[in-house]
Amino acid sequence: MSQNIVLKKGLDLPIKGEAGLYVSRTISPAVVAVQPGEFKGFLPRLLVREGDSVLCGSPVLADKNNPGILVCAPVSGKVKEIVRGDKRKLLAVLIESSDEQEYLDFGKKNPDALSAEEIKEAVLAAGLWPWLIQRPYGILADPCKRPRSIFCSAFDTAPLAADCEFCWSDKLKAVQAGINALSKLSEGGVHVSLDADKRFSSAFGRLENCILHSFKGKHPAGTVGMQIANICPIRKDETVWTISLAGLAAIGELFLSGKVNLRRKVAVCGPMAIEPSYVETVPGTPVSCLAEFVGNTDEPVRYVSGNVLTGKNIGKDGYIGFFDSQLTLLREGNEREILGWIRPLRFRQFSTDHCYFSWLTPWRKYDMDTNTHGGVRAFLMNDSYYSKVLPMDIYPIYLVKACLAGDIEKMEQFGIYEVLPEDLALCEYIDPSKNDLQDIVAKGIDLMLKEMA
Amino acid sequence: MNKIFEKGGKLHWLRSTADAFDTFLAVPATVTRKGSHVRDAVDLKRIIIIALIAVIPAAVFGMWNVGYQHSLAVNGPSATPDILANFWYGFLKVLPLYLVAYIVGLVIEFGTAQIRGEEVNEGFLMTGFLVPLIVPVDVPLWMLAVVVAFATIIGKEVFGGTGMNILNPALLTRAFLFFSYPTSMSGSSVWISLGKNEQLVDGFTGATPLALDGAAQYSTSIWSEFLGTIPGSVGETSTLCILLGAVLLIWTGVASWKIMVSSVAGALLVGGIGQIAGITDIPCWEQLLLGGFAFGTVFMATDPVTSAQTETGKWIYGFLIGALCIMVRLFNPGFAEGMMLAILLCNTFAPLIDHVVVTSHIRKKFRKFKTA
Repeated sequence: MSQNIVLKKGLDLPIKGEAGLYVSRTISPAVVAVQPGEFKGFLPRLLVREGDSVLCGSPVLADKNNPGILVCAPVSGKVKEIVRGDKRKLLAVLIESSDEQEYLDFGKKNPDALSAEEIKEAVLAAGLWPWLIQRPYGILADPCKRPRSIFCSAFDTAPLAADCEFCWSDKLKAVQAGINALSKLSEGGVHVSLDADKRFSSAFGRLENCILHSFKGKHPAGTVGMQIANICPIRKDETVWTISLAGLAAIGELFLSGKVNLRRKVAVCGPMAIEPSYVETVPGTPVSCLAEFVGNTDEPVRYVSGNVLTGKNIGKDGYIGFFDSQLTLLREGNEREILGWIRPLRFRQFSTDHCYFSWLTPWRKYDMDTNTHGGVRAFLMNDSYYSKVLPMDIYPIYLVKACLAGDIEKMEQFGIYEVLPEDLALCEYIDPSKNDLQDIVAKGIDLMLKEMA
Repeated sequence: MNKIFEKGGKLHWLRSTADAFDTFLAVPATVTRKGSHVRDAVDLKRIIIIALIAVIPAAVFGMWNVGYQHSLAVNGPSATPDILANFWYGFLKVLPLYLVAYIVGLVIEFGTAQIRGEEVNEGFLMTGFLVPLIVPVDVPLWMLAVVVAFATIIGKEVFGGTGMNILNPALLTRAFLFFSYPTSMSGSSVWISLGKNEQLVDGFTGATPLALDGAAQYSTSIWSEFLGTIPGSVGETSTLCILLGAVLLIWTGVASWKIMVSSVAGALLVGGIGQIAGITDIPCWEQLLLGGFAFGTVFMATDPVTSAQTETGKWIYGFLIGALCIMVRLFNPGFAEGMMLAILLCNTFAPLIDHVVVTSHIRKKFRKFKTA
């Protein structure tokens, strides 16, 4: 059933600061954060107290609704602090890392010899279950359900994204073991999507026990949401799971070595990054460990964990996200531009629209900042203005308006089951009315969760 | 922005106004808070200014033509197409229309923005630019003020402002004028600007070629219809200048070429049928040069707010506009021109067209993937 799919719609943002393909630093952070807020649908219950010792893979948090789902410590050491926000909301568990990393031993296992139940138990016990995301809604996968299929994208087209080949091809064995394990959990097996341009050279082309697809096109061709929509869209009452390569490798390594190892390469990139390159570290690393990449600049910098379209603004005291494999450094665009909108040329700005002239210089990369370039207005342009960057068979603005109206029936019709907020990120980028489409869809999904549960 | 405009400040009631001028002068320093951290450089101000530039050739030519038609009416065929003098005459005639349209419209726009506590929308810049181009040049200014106020309030603001309206506000002014003050919108000389004591030369009818059903006015050749040296509303006569605007609109993607193409197709089809059936002597392609067809197709039908939203819907919507326009021209003796009515009617039907397109698409979509 392998398919070769060409997506014509999309947009590659020409942004400066791509990470060079080398690891410039190996970081062992003194403190690492585990942040429950990153896992949607996870109600955290603390399993540790300040001062407790933990090993790599020790459970730190459990889900109140589904006590089997654990989140584990990415490093060994001591629980230093439990950070709480308003109404004692649990924000983060800070773990002081020990010099010598010790791993909790879960025992080597051969996934081929295990049953689906045994695999589930092993993944849950090691705290690796949160890598599995359920669609619709983008929440933690429910261990009691059997999904239609599991999807994984083996390439990333997002702006300045980390190169999946560079990051993961040396862990091919672990990825393969992860696929072998997960393929027992679903009806339709594991679908892995490759970049069509590298289909034959890619290490992931040699993966077995999964259904390989290849996608050709601009961003968002490499996002798992677009891939599902073009392989087989999600209908009402269907569930699929998605997982990243990082997740597959972590689960695979659990079976191969019996350890939880979350160390990975993270791309530090963006227009403000000095020497954009990769670092090797663990999730939850404080950004302060990467201060050298910013240097002594007077300009305000925004630290985005993830890519510029869907990432999270974590601030200079923040921590790299659990799922993120890049840290993007942007300049805050809080300066005024005299008569900007009426200036005929404005060569330093990038626009997909022919109202500007950046289409004349397709080779150029731009020093993008966080300015909105205009005020918020009602939707003026048609649906098709937005769908030119969305290679998905839905009407994005109809969906957004249904979300705004809170009309569940219309939201279902227009495809709320197929999208997560991140899928509309490019529509949000090009929106001349400067609306926060991702936020609107996220609220729509919250409403669905509330009403349908 | 200055503190006196903030909440609690002395001039808070002028906040939207101050904000409008402020953002007009400089792109604001606002940064993204949620979602995508970087945004495209394009905003609505830019899109609207491009649309406005596209109309400028038609507007400038229209002003010259006002002067030229006046001189034809007063001096007869000996009139010279003196470019500067004619333009200046027309400019002075059209300028008050612009002043009235913009002042009335913008006051309402700023007022409603202030009441809602929002930023002022740029939409009226476009509406206000179009209105003087589609009304008779001698329309009394108080009438223009009344109709602009009506169209802005009832046509747009009650629905929630720019982006929410169902009908094209510029066309609504014309429709209101047309039905409320028919005397100043019909008759043979309304499309010509005349001074108080000026006399028409003998034999000059002043009617538009459409009103005469193609009967030859002097110099109403195909060429002059294309260039636009014929009587009519200020902006609508020159197909050439409108085409220039169309090229810019299509190239920048501000307006949909699908609507334009299908509108032309619809007009050709009905015009052709009329010609074959012997209802009219005007060849179907000449219909495209006459009246407000070109202006309506390029600048009015393609308004992204009031046109169909879906791609298939745009084909249907444009086709209906073209077909209905020519149908009114051929079959309704009461109205010489049908473009305005065709567009307003199709504006009303656009949501229905979209509804049909969208629901049938959704039904088909999952059938395709049933086996996968």
